[in-house]
Amino acid sequence: MSTVAVSTVLDDVALGRTVRRLAHEIIEFHDGVDNIVLVGIQTGGAMLTSLLVLEIEKIEATSIPWGTLDITLHRDDLGLEIPPITVAGSNLPDIDGRIVVLIDDVLFTGRSVRAALDAINHLGRPEAVRLAVLVDRGHRELPIRADIVGKNIPTSFDDKVQVTYDDQTGSSVVLLRQEMINDDI
Amino acid sequence: MTTLAIHNARIIDPELNLDGIVDIVLVDGRIARVGPNEAEMVIDAERIDATGLVVSAGFVDLHCHLREPGFEYKETIATGTAAAARGGFTTVCAMPNTSPPMDSQASIESLLRQIEQSAQVRVLPIGCITVGRQGDELAPAGELVDSGVVALSDDGDAVADAALMQAALSYSSLFNLPVSQHAEDPSLVSDGQMHEGWVSTRLGLRGRPSSAEEIFVARDIALAELTGGHLHIAHVSTAGSVALIAAAKARGVNVTAEVTPHHLTLTHELVAFDGNYKDIRYDASAKVNPPLRVDSDLEALGIGIRDGIIDAIATDHAPHSLSDKEIEFDLAAPGISMLETAFALTMTRVHDGTFPLGTLIRSLTSAPVRAWDLDKRTGLSGLGTLAPGAPADLVIFDPDMEWTVDVGDFRSKGKNTPLAGRTLKGKVLVTISEGEIMHADSIVAGRLRLTDRNEDI
Amino acid sequence: MTSNEPEKPIDSMLGSNVEGALGTATQDVVWNHDHVLDLDDFSFEEIESVINLAGKMREVLDRRIARAPILRGFTVINLFFEPSTRTRASFELAGKVLGADVISVSANTSSVVKGESLIDTVKTLSAMTADAIVMRHEMSGAPYLASRYTRASVINAGDGSHAHPTQALLDIYTLTQRLGDLKNKKIVMVGDISHSRVARSGMWGFSAMGAKVVLCGPPTLLPSGFSVSERPAHARSALPDVDIQTDIDVAIKDADVVMALRLQKERQQGGLLPSLHEYSRLYQVTSERLSKAKSNHILMHPGPKNEGIEIGGDVASGSNSTIEEQVTNGVAVRMALLYLIAQKNRGRIN
Repeated sequence: MSTVAVSTVLDDVALGRTVRRLAHEIIEFHDGVDNIVLVGIQTGGAMLTSLLVLEIEKIEATSIPWGTLDITLHRDDLGLEIPPITVAGSNLPDIDGRIVVLIDDVLFTGRSVRAALDAINHLGRPEAVRLAVLVDRGHRELPIRADIVGKNIPTSFDDKVQVTYDDQTGSSVVLLRQEMINDDI
Repeated sequence: MTTLAIHNARIIDPELNLDGIVDIVLVDGRIARVGPNEAEMVIDAERIDATGLVVSAGFVDLHCHLREPGFEYKETIATGTAAAARGGFTTVCAMPNTSPPMDSQASIESLLRQIEQSAQVRVLPIGCITVGRQGDELAPAGELVDSGVVALSDDGDAVADAALMQAALSYSSLFNLPVSQHAEDPSLVSDGQMHEGWVSTRLGLRGRPSSAEEIFVARDIALAELTGGHLHIAHVSTAGSVALIAAAKARGVNVTAEVTPHHLTLTHELVAFDGNYKDIRYDASAKVNPPLRVDSDLEALGIGIRDGIIDAIATDHAPHSLSDKEIEFDLAAPGISMLETAFALTMTRVHDGTFPLGTLIRSLTSAPVRAWDLDKRTGLSGLGTLAPGAPADLVIFDPDMEWTVDVGDFRSKGKNTPLAGRTLKGKVLVTISEGEIMHADSIVAGRLRLTDRNEDI
Repeated sequence: MTSNEPEKPIDSMLGSNVEGALGTATQDVVWNHDHVLDLDDFSFEEIESVINLAGKMREVLDRRIARAPILRGFTVINLFFEPSTRTRASFELAGKVLGADVISVSANTSSVVKGESLIDTVKTLSAMTADAIVMRHEMSGAPYLASRYTRASVINAGDGSHAHPTQALLDIYTLTQRLGDLKNKKIVMVGDISHSRVARSGMWGFSAMGAKVVLCGPPTLLPSGFSVSERPAHARSALPDVDIQTDIDVAIKDADVVMALRLQKERQQGGLLPSLHEYSRLYQVTSERLSKAKSNHILMHPGPKNEGIEIGGDVASGSNSTIEEQVTNGVAVRMALLYLIAQKNRGRIN
């Protein structure tokens, strides 16, 4: 018999701090925001990207181009989800010659990022592609590395890291769900 | 002298007005005595304990495709008659759509030799109406009668040309031969795959309308009326046909008719549906000509048998190989392997109250014999009845026994039936042909060949 | 941000542009089919899933490099027993855009009669690791037979007079793009209904979307089996509820959609019509007749069209016509189906 232990990795307030720090790091990494495009990987990266954009635009007092990228049709794990994942559709400005900053909430095996690179490849030819993630939980299956990381969380493979933005209660958290096997039964 | 005594059976013979629990004694291949205590009074007999079971004369099938010569991969005389025996049929009339077709003395004589060699029950040949079944010239009916045919038919196809059909009816009257017509107007059924109706619309298949049959039934009745010839309508399938035949008989026209077990019990829905109406299939095992039709046709056909408008139940046993059926519906051969399920399937209409058991037995025994004068033609007086002196052809059955159709048990090579896996109520248990047990279901093993222990029975 | 600013939790950072960012990711995909044989067992939700997905597939087709290789490693075999340019090309393109391996096999029905049976052909293709077989055959029911003999998913690209589900889906997609919701819209199909597999699948699909379907044509081309009175009450749902009308002016009045069906000369047998001239006099969809439809009506034709027979040349290229769009939408819809089928197929095997 197993139970699920849920712990809060980042609560509302801590999450806000991390997002602000990420925004600053993105600006610092690129020496400003000239020529960058923020691209959120659907679905987890979309909300995060919009938050980062708000923050960056406030800091730099200028608007920056951004959008979301649907990677469903570039994944390599067809058939593992029943029912099939919805294709959300992409919504991007021009990326040719620009620096694309891919944004995702959780970096895990690296397959989502690989699919995103594949999709980017079909959409245009950026000058460079960078990766910024809120959480890096390890267990890479591909040689992929984030340039900017919000928080490193050690996990075991079967754990689940969940990032939720709740519009109703107005709170957001990053949760870690760990399955614990009890031996007593 | 070989004696077979059957004890304690409910014996039903509508021709002799018999329905009671009595014994029956068979001697040297003929019915010897029927009555109470008859079995006790014989000595040195093989015995069957038929307590709780029903005995009737062996069934007589006016319409059966044995496929030999020419289509032995579908069926042979040996396998077909073995299937007949399992189904309770002790006399079958073999349709001549073989290869070569039975349109000459030579072909009939060759067939009779083969029958002599391998048949397990009595087989009576039917000759073609036209040469090669081509529908152009009459086949030599006199020659065919002398060779031993009991009727003429181009079954599989209709004789389409009215003038030729008229000539056939007229000429055959010389020999009193029944002309069995497959009544379907070819111009109305060309490329038709099933009954023309809402199911064919749903499946996107061309249909064979009821009118195609009724037009030829009406036409041929008029021709029979004109010529005085004996018209027999094979496999009647529509309510309209039943009405036409009833009216014709009332006028005294020399017309007889048969219906198949499947046309009495199965509808066109079977081709497409198995339960719900959302999922369709194209079940070629339910593909047959004329096609399975609708409830109102089944209703009328049941009444037709009940009231004697339709004389006989005939199987139209049509065995086909898997490769002939498991293909595109349009290309699948029409026909159902029916001998081994005929009795049980028609018992459905006894169980639902449409007609009594006695009527069913009559339609399977004395009525087909009378329709085609088979007793006179064969010289076997009493054929189709249990009258003393009649051939010892009997069936022992349980009208209420439930069993599930398993094509693996079929003796016929043809496993093509839409009834596979279906549970039916009524089972043939023993079939005796000319005094010999040609089929015995394993269930009754303990009742057969009992030693002579008068006091125990 | 300076250290003087109070720390703010995330929720206060939410802005109105967030919804745009999230897109339409909240819809659920409903898909229960191993095969796509007809639309008779498709629910409203399933058709909607296909339509929504087709919209996303359209976006892929609009990219500079129209590729989204989700079906890499998936083998699609187009098995066409009947000639076809547009449907076959449409499926080929759909598969290739998604990165599948697509092979087209032209089989001849006569080769079936001569030697290799349909079942043998299907088994051979399955042994070549076909994941999906797109099949067009001149006999109704053939794909149903095929689906029993292969582990691959069978997509019906047209069987005899029975069904053409992908055509109906692309028609529904085209209409929802133009009209939005199809509930209670009057959709009229004019022409050789009895031989039209497009009409049959269309009936099922449009009815499932809530539209009112009217069939119009001469009595010889309108099988009586479609009218409700022809079937017993317990079998009411065995065919979609449609209205039958032989008078084209009555049928077209206030129609939202008019679909002209090709008069299939080769399928006509035994003279069901006196002449094409007579047919066009009575049933051609002309601009005059269309003036009785709703002013924003849509005109459709599954193609290929016989201008001057079932459809007037002027209306075929008019602004109400969707004939060109239908072709482009076909690729998107077929992409959507291949994706859903592949997902289910792989899920089954996994």
